[in-house]
Amino acid sequence: MATQTQAQFGQQLKKYYSVYTGGFIGFVILLAIAEQMGMTPKYIGYAFLFATIGLYAVIGIMSRTADVSEYYVAGRRVPAFFNGMATGADWMSAASFIGMAGGLYIQGYDGLAFIMGWTGGYVLVAVFLAPYLRKFGQFTIPDFLGERYGGNIVRSIGVFAAILCSFTYVVAQIYGVGLITSRFTGLEFQVGVFVGLAGILVCSFLGGMKAVTWTQVAQYVILIIAYMIPVVWLSVKHFNFPVPQLVYGQALAKVTEREKALTVDPKEIEVRTIFKDRAASADAKLKDPAAAYAADKAAAEKKAADVKRDKKATPEAVAAAEKSLANFPKDEATAKKAWEKDKGLAARAAPPRPHAEAFPGKDEAAKNTARLNFLALILCLMVGTAALPHILMRYYTTPSVKEARDSVGWSLFFIFLLYFTAPALAVLAKYDVYHFLVGSEFANLPAWVANWAKVDPTLLAIADINGDGIVQLAEIVLGQDIIVLATPEIAGLPYVISALVAAGGLAAALSTADGLLLTIANALSHDVYYKMLDPHASTKRRLAIAKGLLLVVAVIAAFVTSLKPGDILFLVGAAFSLAASSFFPALVLGIFWKRCNKWGAITGMVAGLGTCMYYMYMTYPFFGVKAPLWFGINPISAGIFGIPAGIITMVVVSLLTKAPDKKIQELIEHVRYPHLKGTAARAS
Amino acid sequence: MQLTERHREYWRKNVRLTAILLAIWFVVTFVVGFYARELNTVTMFGWPMGFYMGAQGSLIIYVVIIFYYARYMNKLDIEYGVAEEDK
Repeated sequence: MATQTQAQFGQQLKKYYSVYTGGFIGFVILLAIAEQMGMTPKYIGYAFLFATIGLYAVIGIMSRTADVSEYYVAGRRVPAFFNGMATGADWMSAASFIGMAGGLYIQGYDGLAFIMGWTGGYVLVAVFLAPYLRKFGQFTIPDFLGERYGGNIVRSIGVFAAILCSFTYVVAQIYGVGLITSRFTGLEFQVGVFVGLAGILVCSFLGGMKAVTWTQVAQYVILIIAYMIPVVWLSVKHFNFPVPQLVYGQALAKVTEREKALTVDPKEIEVRTIFKDRAASADAKLKDPAAAYAADKAAAEKKAADVKRDKKATPEAVAAAEKSLANFPKDEATAKKAWEKDKGLAARAAPPRPHAEAFPGKDEAAKNTARLNFLALILCLMVGTAALPHILMRYYTTPSVKEARDSVGWSLFFIFLLYFTAPALAVLAKYDVYHFLVGSEFANLPAWVANWAKVDPTLLAIADINGDGIVQLAEIVLGQDIIVLATPEIAGLPYVISALVAAGGLAAALSTADGLLLTIANALSHDVYYKMLDPHASTKRRLAIAKGLLLVVAVIAAFVTSLKPGDILFLVGAAFSLAASSFFPALVLGIFWKRCNKWGAITGMVAGLGTCMYYMYMTYPFFGVKAPLWFGINPISAGIFGIPAGIITMVVVSLLTKAPDKKIQELIEHVRYPHLKGTAARAS
Repeated sequence: MQLTERHREYWRKNVRLTAILLAIWFVVTFVVGFYARELNTVTMFGWPMGFYMGAQGSLIIYVVIIFYYARYMNKLDIEYGVAEEDK
């Protein structure tokens, strides 16, 4: 390998991954044939689970290494194109793969904040960070902060922030792994978590970044194939055209038309009125629960007694009245819970949300707040993208500054492929639901609806509220994840494609979890242990420590996940605001402003992170303070206050204190130019 | 090492390009987002324009910005003699 040139290496990679992709498609076809011959879904699920994890294990073992540079930065020989794919897989998490299209289905235009935010951030990575970090050429992001600003304080804050954002994020990934594994194989959630953990460790344990890189490329191939097949099929089914991204405008126009019709449809209004009345009655009862409970109970008892006395009552009516008495909430607290739930039905009393309308709201002020939040969220997601250490770290692995620049382009290209498909999928699924599910008979529901409603009512719940035997839109509740999971069935594809989608989701979750775990373990082993505690440690010892920490962090993350902490989605969103407020100003000013110094960086990072955490603590309901929002900004976009706080503090404090010394000035010049003749090459 | 005037010029050009590209990025993200409701009154091939930009148009421009930056800078490196030597 050592004598091989970079060009030969690139060629070889292309050959390997082409063969691999062909092999994977062949595997899917084989299973499809096996399904036709009678292989049961359960075994198809197992086949995908074990084949893909086995594959990652093989790549992981083949990439084992005892070299520090290979372990931390894949030997810095990952070509731009492949680094792009690896970054794509690293970036796209279980939430992107499974949740995003569903989020767009539910939120319509406003959900596009995630689409724009999670792609446009790469522009910032490209022009502000990637080429300069590559030229700097060390191992981690706290490494850059430590060298640029000098001293262990900045490095320590960097390590703390890196662990804070990566850990919340990795818990969400492992949660996703557990969910997918348990759903498609019938294993318990906790078992699924540990199977997933094994999957993560086989990728990274022996080969660090080198192994993670090559498995991420493999995982990208699987996840993009899995995402595309059902959408393309759905597009062919409705529009006889295999490029859904080009034609879903027509579907959107039809969906909009149908929304208008459904808004004024009398049957729809009937269902919505039922919900409205139930919510209003629950609300009234909640005002004086004790009296309402007594009154309801008396009414139920009276009714049962009346029916029994009534000679003309049918036996069914008697049974029903008795049953409703037996099911009557046994105490006030239980009744209260049921009313709280009924009160929530008010949300279902609203007409369908227009899919393409931007920032709907009841009045001008509400619309403007929605718009402000939309833009603030985009900014936080973008700046956060350009500050998440597990992504930035990937640009240390290219052979040169030139390739680092190209590589950001490829990264965004590969991410774009999925992200511009998700809105198409959401619209096509909505088209299907609005035109075919709505208006069908309850006695004759499409198979996918019946199947999924049985599996998990949080994913899909459907009930004949007004008793007319026909499905109204207001009678359907779809969970966010159902859209991607059920698309193969909506499109009428065989089970093997459903299992493929699950394998894709698993690949997305595993690849992101790999990158994150490695980031955390490396921050601890490289920055804390090697740079701060024992700078004379031998290579062998450094690697042993790195691998040991990886194992420990992975087990802790899996343990936390198996406790099923709530509000995971909030935590993921929070990670972006936290990263944006802590890292972004220090990294970018560190490169573009020579005057920025150590004290500026320390106070700026603390101020940014502090403001962001303070606002989240004060406003997010989970913490119980529930202070009023500033300018109506939601807690997930706390970075909108944290970023400027960080930048301003950094500038003011830097100007008040001494300029950085000559050595640091030279370091800045060093990173600004890909190659300065006459300077001694730094470690690269 | 002392930077020459040519080195400084290279950096100025880089900063200027960075500023221009960020201005484009800002417009297609925040200005287009701000006026999404107004843009939505125009419809093309079924897409209201505000929706189309958020779902596809702006994304394409992001990809183009990044590849353009890479190409321009890689050429600038050679022009100003700061390109890396082939390994």
